[in-house]
Amino acid sequence: MTAVAEHTAEWLAAFTRQDAAAPWLQDLRDAAFQRFSELGFPTTHDEEWRFTNVARIARANFSPLAVPIGFRGVPDGVETIRPEDGALYLACLASYDRNPFVALNTAFIRDFVCLGVPKGAIIAEPIRLEFLSSGGSQPTVSHPRVLIVVGPDAHCTIVESYVGGGSYFTNAVTEIVVGDRAVVDHYKLQRESLDAFHVATLQAKVGRSASFSTHNISLGAALTRNDVGAVLAEGADATLNGLYIAGGSQHVDNHTVIDHAKPHGVSHELYKGIVDGQASAVFNGRIIVRKDAQKTDSKQTNKNLVLSGDAVINTKPELQILADDVRCTHGATIGQLDAEALFYIQSRGVGAREARSLLTYAFAQDVVDRIKVKTLRDSLERVLFETFHEHAEQ
Amino acid sequence: MPLLQITNLHATVADREILKGISLSVNPGEVHAIMGPNGSGKSTLAQVLAGRELYRVTAGEVLYDGKDLLALSPEDRAREGIFLAFQYPVEIPGVSNMYFLKAALNTIRKHRGLPEYDAMDFLELVREKMKLMEIDQALLNRPVNAGFSGGEKKRNEIFQMAVLEPRLAILDETDSGLDIDALRAVASGVNALRSPARSMIVVTHYQRLLNYIVPDFVHVLSQGRIVKSGGKELALELETSGYAGLGIEDAEAAEVAPGTASVSERPVGEVAPV
Repeated sequence: MTAVAEHTAEWLAAFTRQDAAAPWLQDLRDAAFQRFSELGFPTTHDEEWRFTNVARIARANFSPLAVPIGFRGVPDGVETIRPEDGALYLACLASYDRNPFVALNTAFIRDFVCLGVPKGAIIAEPIRLEFLSSGGSQPTVSHPRVLIVVGPDAHCTIVESYVGGGSYFTNAVTEIVVGDRAVVDHYKLQRESLDAFHVATLQAKVGRSASFSTHNISLGAALTRNDVGAVLAEGADATLNGLYIAGGSQHVDNHTVIDHAKPHGVSHELYKGIVDGQASAVFNGRIIVRKDAQKTDSKQTNKNLVLSGDAVINTKPELQILADDVRCTHGATIGQLDAEALFYIQSRGVGAREARSLLTYAFAQDVVDRIKVKTLRDSLERVLFETFHEHAEQ
Repeated sequence: MPLLQITNLHATVADREILKGISLSVNPGEVHAIMGPNGSGKSTLAQVLAGRELYRVTAGEVLYDGKDLLALSPEDRAREGIFLAFQYPVEIPGVSNMYFLKAALNTIRKHRGLPEYDAMDFLELVREKMKLMEIDQALLNRPVNAGFSGGEKKRNEIFQMAVLEPRLAILDETDSGLDIDALRAVASGVNALRSPARSMIVVTHYQRLLNYIVPDFVHVLSQGRIVKSGGKELALELETSGYAGLGIEDAEAAEVAPGTASVSERPVGEVAPV
C-alpha cells in the first residue's frame, strides 16, 4: 500500500489545487478521488492489467493540461446539454468503482463534452471531437470526458480523434447513451505521439432494438489501454471493431466487454492487430450473456499479424454464458505473412518490400472497409499505406 | 543464343535432392513441354526458375538471356520477363486483382524503361486482354484469386500473363483441375500468346493439355532427371504406353492403389481435336 500512496500523493496535490466545481460535480469528483486513492494504480498482479504495466504512468509527475478539445463543429440538430442536466447520466455508464483510471478522470472532470441528439433526429454529418495534446520538458496530463445522449429513433455518427506531440498522458472517458431504436456509429482514431500514454474507456448503453457500432483504431502512443464496453438491452445490436498497429517498443492493450443483459441481442466483434519490432499487444474480449438474455447471437474474432520475432501477442476470449439458448462463437489467430503469397506477388515483379506492405495492408483492409465515414477511411488508408511502407523498410 | 540455358541443375528442399542434374536449352519462340509423373521434380523446376526460396540450388547453372538467372530475386526475374503460371494460384484477400496487376505491370514497365501506365491506359489494355482471355470484368474487381473457382484461378493466371507479356512463360500444371471447356479456354488464351519472341515451358502430368498447346519439344522427367527428349510425338507415345512404357513408375498411380494399379488404367486425356 505504501507504493500506492507514494504514487497517488502527486495526484492528491493536483486534486486539491483544482478550482471548486458546482456542488453536484464536486461531490462526484470527491467520491471518485476517494475511490482512486483506495484503488491506486493497478499492477500486473491485477488480472485485468496482467500484461499491461502502467508503472511508467504511476511514477511520472505530470503537470495538468487544460482539456484540449477541438470541436470540428457540432452538426446542426445536435444540442449542447447543460452540464447539470448531463449529471443524470454522467459517470452512470463508466463506473469508477473498479477502474482507477476512470476514477482519476472523474475526479478531474472540468469542461466535459456534453451533447444530445434529440429524439428522431437524423444527423448526417459526423460529430467530430478532436483532442490535441502537447507535452514539453515536463509531461502533461489531460482527462478528456465525453457524454453523448442519443434520443430514441435518432441516428448519428461520432468521430473521436486523439493526436499530439511530445510526452503526455491522455486519460479519456467517453459515455454514450443510445436510445431505443437509435442508430449510432462511433469511431475513435488514436494517433497520439509515440512518447504519449493513452488510457481510455468507452462505455455505451444500447437501448431496445438500437444499433451501436464502434471502430477503435490505435496507431500511436508508447502505451495504449482501451476499455470498450457495451451493455445491450432487448433486441439490441452491437458491433465492436478494432485495429491496432504497434511497432518499435509500443504496447497496446484492448479490453472489451459486451454485456448481453436482455434477450435477442446480437453482437459482432472483430479486432485485428499488426505487431512489429519489440512491440506487444493484448486483446481481452469478454462476452457476458446474462441469465435472461436468451436467443443472444454473439461472434468474436481476434486476428493478429506478427511481423517480427520479438513481437508479443496475448489474446484471450472470456465467455461468461449464463443463458442456455444462445449462439456464441469466438476465435483468435496469430500469424505471419504468408511466404507463398509473398512469393506470388514477387513473381509478378513487385519488390519484396512492397509485397510485404501490400499483404500487411490487405490484412487490415476488412476493418478499414467497415468504416463508413469516407473522409476518415481515406485518411486512415493514407496513414496505413505510409505506416506499412515504413514497417516494410525495417 | 538460347533464351534459357539450364546446365546440370541440382536443387534440394529440406536437404532432400529433388532435381538431380537437369540440362535444357530453350530458344526464343519455342514451346517445351516437361512431362513426368508426380514427384518427378517438374513443379520444383518451375519454382526454381521463378526463384522460390524454399528450394536451394546446390549445383549447376541457369543462364537467361546470357545472364545468371539464379543470382536474381524473384521480382527481378519477373521484371526481366519470366512469368510463372502457378499450379495453385495464391488467394490474397484484401488486394484487388486490378490494383495488383497494375502495380505489377508498372514495376515491370519501369524496369524496362517504359513509361508507367495511368489508370486510363491500364483500363484500355485490360479490356483488350480480357476479350482475348474471355475473362469477366467482375473477376478483376474482386480480390486476387479469393473465392475463385479452380478454372477461374487458372484463367486469371493466363490473363495476368497476357497483361505482363513475358519473354519466358512457365506454365505449371495449368491443366490440373480443369474441365474440358475451361481447358479449351485456357489453352486458346495461351495459344494466342505464342509468338516468335516468346518462349514457353509447359509443365504437365497428362498429355491432354498438349493436344491444345502443341509443343515443339517434349521432355520426360523422372526422379529429378530428364530421361527422354523428343518432338511432340513423344507425348503421344506416352499417351498410349504411359510412363511405364518408358520404365518410369508413376508415384500417383502407385499412391492410388498400391501394388495393384497398372498405369494403363490411369485416365488419359480427351480425344485430340482435329
